[in-house]
Amino acid sequence: MAIFGGRRRNDNPNLPPGQHLTESFPVLSAGPTPSISADDWEFSIRTEGGDIHRWSWQELLALPAEDVTVDIHCVTSWSKLGTGWRGVSLDTLFADVDTGLDYVMAHSYGGYTTNLPLEEVLEGRAWIAYEYDGEPLDPEHGGPARLLVPHLYFWKSAKWVRGLVMQDDDYPGFWEENGYHLHGDPWREERYA
Amino acid sequence: MQHLDGNVLAGPASELFPSEPTTTRGQCLSCSDIATLAQAMVYGAPMGYVVRCRGCDGVLVVITEHDGQTTVNMHSLRLLSEL
Amino acid sequence: MRRPPVGWFTGSLVRATSLTDSARSLTFSVPGWPGNLAGQHVDLRLTASDGYQATRSYSIASVGPDTDVELAVERLPDGEVSPFLVDDLEVGDSVELRGPLGGWFVWRPEHPEPVQLIAGGSGVVPLLAMTRAHTDARSTVPMQLLYSLRTPEDALYRDELQQRSSTTPTTWHYTRTVPPGWTRAAGRLTPDDLRSATLPPERGPLTFVCGPTGFVETVARGLIDLGHQPDSIRTERFGGI
Repeated sequence: MAIFGGRRRNDNPNLPPGQHLTESFPVLSAGPTPSISADDWEFSIRTEGGDIHRWSWQELLALPAEDVTVDIHCVTSWSKLGTGWRGVSLDTLFADVDTGLDYVMAHSYGGYTTNLPLEEVLEGRAWIAYEYDGEPLDPEHGGPARLLVPHLYFWKSAKWVRGLVMQDDDYPGFWEENGYHLHGDPWREERYA
Repeated sequence: MQHLDGNVLAGPASELFPSEPTTTRGQCLSCSDIATLAQAMVYGAPMGYVVRCRGCDGVLVVITEHDGQTTVNMHSLRLLSEL
Repeated sequence: MRRPPVGWFTGSLVRATSLTDSARSLTFSVPGWPGNLAGQHVDLRLTASDGYQATRSYSIASVGPDTDVELAVERLPDGEVSPFLVDDLEVGDSVELRGPLGGWFVWRPEHPEPVQLIAGGSGVVPLLAMTRAHTDARSTVPMQLLYSLRTPEDALYRDELQQRSSTTPTTWHYTRTVPPGWTRAAGRLTPDDLRSATLPPERGPLTFVCGPTGFVETVARGLIDLGHQPDSIRTERFGGI
């Protein structure tokens, strides 16, 4: 009798519970891949006072960039270890932003949203990434630029990100409205609400 | 993964639709297009089924399944009875 | 359309044959199966010993009231379920099946229109079921298949399709390698291929297209450009996970 094991879940200490390793880079999107030219691209942070901080593509590239190597974990149970990205830390982007609110909603080109606590995207834990593995970020993986929050399940790392809006509570984003966990910590298996 | 179409909803939606889901007609509330569910585009698998209008890409309905529970979240879809 | 209740059944593998290097025909005995129409599919669920479950959709190759259900499964390189079904599942093993599913991508013998079937790769499976239903019903409605595949070795059910060539003829199209002596060079289906190998819009055909997403969308656009009514084209896309 053949025994179905599912994908090998192994005892690698870098793998959160219920995850398996993949060498490929699966694509999961809630909608069609938007096409955004660098000329039209813009990223903004909007605060409760109505202040909007904006960066054009050229302005983003002119900011200090960081190269980071991180593990990423998709809620559909694949993990990819040691992925290399280049981008701008959200600490840099928030340097001149004055807000008293504790949560952000990330918005993407194409309409996708995901919610995050502000403190989880600061202190070196989140980036606006525009290179993957030394190359410009491919559109199907979120290019020109995506949010990168590797310590949470990867649906939080919004592809095609276009802005963050401060919010006064942890209101749910797209998948969170449809039953997925508000927080999404892979080490605590926060998959579903 | 590339998108699929509404044929794939036949199983997941079967418990919540009184009749065959893929031949059920609906109208997109954004662009007014009328089509069967089979003709809609489906993104987001295997996290869930994000059902989008074939005409305007607007989200019609989102279906998720876990622990044997199926959730159908209506976004911008008006279901129509059979002709 | 009212439908019989859809439920989960246990299917026990009673027959398995290799179709190609990467595809296998699997016939399950499914007690209680209500029978199925041509073009319907099943959701197949596997459960690991730790309770982990994986579910995938497969088209049904068989047709009619029988409780034996034949699926044809192609191994996907990064797949989780298909390699198990193609390489490991043994006669006597059980799986869970939900179905029969679908009512849109279905051909019924009472449809009066001539029928054009267009398959990309393993998208031929539900269309093969339609040719079987056509034969079983001794239908006189014209039905023909355009089958696009990478190489001659990738053909599923070649012998069966050729045996049926007098009633449901097949036009073979190769995108990467052609058989010796083939006059058309390997390449993607072009608008000219579609025009010459499919029923023209003037005959008012019902056209079924099944294959990978990119194939289905290219073909459907091509058919509309040839003058077919969008509502006369029924499509089913599949993708690998």
